[in-house]
Amino acid sequence: MTERMFMQALGMGIAEEMRIDPKVFLMGEDVRASVYGAAAGLHDEFGDDRILNTPLSENGFFGAAVGAAAVGMRPVVETLTSFMWVGMDQLVSQAAKMRYMFGGQATLPVVYRAVMYYGGGSAAHHSDRSYPVFMNIGGLKVVTPGTAADAKGLMKTAIRDNDPVIMFEDGTLLPTRGEVPDDPDFTVPFGVANILREGTDVTVVAIAGSVPHAVAAADEMAAEGVSVEVLDPRTLVPLDKDAILNSVGKTGRLVVADPAAKVCSAASEIMSIVGEEAFWDLQAPMQKAASKQVHIPFSPSLEKLVYPTKYSIVESIKKTMG
Amino acid sequence: MTSNISKDVLMLMLERMWRIRHFELKLTEMYSAGEVGGVHLYIGEEAVAVGACAAMDDNDYIAGNHRSHGHPIAKGANLKKAMAEIFGRIDGYCKGKGGSMHLADFSVGILGESGIVGSSVPVATGAGLASKLEGKNFVSAVFFGDGASNQGACHEAMNLASVWNLPVLFICENNQYAVTTSYKDTVAVEHISDRAQAYNMPGVLVDGQDAIAMYEATAQAVERARNGEGPTLIEALTYRFEDHSLGLEKIRKSEYREDSEIDEWRMRDPLDLLTKSIVDSGTATQAECDAISAAAHAEVEEAADFARNSPFPDESELYKDMFASEMPVV
Ligand SMILES: Cc1ncc(C[n+]2csc(CCOP(=O)(O)OP(=O)(O)O)c2C)c(N)n1
Ligand SMILES: [Mg+2]
Repeated sequence: MTERMFMQALGMGIAEEMRIDPKVFLMGEDVRASVYGAAAGLHDEFGDDRILNTPLSENGFFGAAVGAAAVGMRPVVETLTSFMWVGMDQLVSQAAKMRYMFGGQATLPVVYRAVMYYGGGSAAHHSDRSYPVFMNIGGLKVVTPGTAADAKGLMKTAIRDNDPVIMFEDGTLLPTRGEVPDDPDFTVPFGVANILREGTDVTVVAIAGSVPHAVAAADEMAAEGVSVEVLDPRTLVPLDKDAILNSVGKTGRLVVADPAAKVCSAASEIMSIVGEEAFWDLQAPMQKAASKQVHIPFSPSLEKLVYPTKYSIVESIKKTMG
Repeated sequence: MTSNISKDVLMLMLERMWRIRHFELKLTEMYSAGEVGGVHLYIGEEAVAVGACAAMDDNDYIAGNHRSHGHPIAKGANLKKAMAEIFGRIDGYCKGKGGSMHLADFSVGILGESGIVGSSVPVATGAGLASKLEGKNFVSAVFFGDGASNQGACHEAMNLASVWNLPVLFICENNQYAVTTSYKDTVAVEHISDRAQAYNMPGVLVDGQDAIAMYEATAQAVERARNGEGPTLIEALTYRFEDHSLGLEKIRKSEYREDSEIDEWRMRDPLDLLTKSIVDSGTATQAECDAISAAAHAEVEEAADFARNSPFPDESELYKDMFASEMPVV
């Protein structure tokens, strides 16, 4: 174990897998210069053939990754969530659907790394938290690491996985630090939630950048004598339903903290599952601590009102406690 | 070579170029002081937008990109409102909702700057479509980068404008890099303007440091467009003197540009070139030119004070403008 930055942990995961498997390569805009940080050092180690700077053509290179994967390569593609809209046709019409449409003939081990910046005054064109959209598509695995260790472990699993995976790399987490295993055999499986705090009164399911806020909220509530369980699903497709249902079975109360806009969010889906399958376990109405349903305003005076925070999570917890 | 252009136009160009330069020098200063966040500077490229906009009328439209202050100021934007927007204040062009990358002033034909690279090229094409459908005489121009020229949206829009014969000016600001990537590594032809052939429209390569050359090339394209002869692709070869953006200085360390190359381009500062043309041709004196710079500087200082004193938008603004009429908050 070594303490590392989340961003470094992502890069370590990629580098380790590139050392193991020569079919893995990375492409994206300015990846050689590592503009977004996680690819630092990769060009020096792996050279021009495996670290490709692309033209500014998301639809083109998102789709080229699909084709390369279809014939045996394992591409890792770097982009920002907000630029995925440009490559949406290839993501949805090809990456997500090819295997099914072609009766299972296509195996597409592509990883799309979507750096998810928000909260820093970047306005509506650069602040999307779009993972719920991709949960709705089907055929795409949707990964949202919440800690540095998970960033590395899930990255490695994503690269080894035989389906298209979108890794949402939360910009608010990139500079955070945590203990990260150095062992190159360390991976984190998809579909297994991480319980960050055990508790008995309220379950908080926290996604991506909401994880540290949920932990802070749990600590604050502990001081008030409320025992909060914090659960990070880590992957939204596949989703560890059992872990969520077990936790709610124990606590009888649910808050979902989700940085995505609240309508048809990951929180919406999780709450609907609990409503359908664990209604009688609930002792209070479920609460959604998600972002407001609005585009991201530039002005700090407005942007600060949008996302879930420790305070909004605490408020939601208190509501479930009546 | 200033003979065909009136003194008024030349001095207007100089004024607008100085407005942009001082505006961005002020932003640089305020960024260092922590007053504003990271922005993309147009310093070194001022002649492109100013030369182009000087050849257009107030009722013509423009759209732009993330390198977003030069285009609107060139088209006549109000410096106070532009500055207040970058400060995220209520008196800004977009009430503080858009910020630096999304300046827009529909009242003087500025359809807005776009943070998504290539995204406003089809939008400007659509304004040209409206002009044609309604039998109007206005033209629409879009400023986009060498990087943007590789976007599907850009290719699609150019073909569309050509087959429909639309009054659109595609003005590619080839500053030779997209962040750290040279266009020579991403564009398969020698000049981006060569691509015009494939769309069956004229492609013109212009010295983007030379406001007069930009004015003349644009004036020709505008005339063609107004005469119903369709779109033109203008490639302005230029250079950004600064880093990709304030806030991304660390990229500088990747050494994607030689210092000697930067120095060479700085020798061709568009403001010096235009001033020299004006003075050498006897159109105006150096003192007149200096007075224009000083006035622009004063205007920028005033704009900065205005922005600082404007209030932030309050909570009641959050949901406003999501839809044309108010909708229930969900
Ligand atoms: C669709 C999209 N992809 C990537 C980016 C990130 N990005 C912002 S500016 C830029 C470079 C743009 O280069 P160019 O079009 O040449 O304009 P310049 O910055 O040189 O003026 C990139 C890659 C973006 N904003 N939008
Ligand atoms: Mg460029």
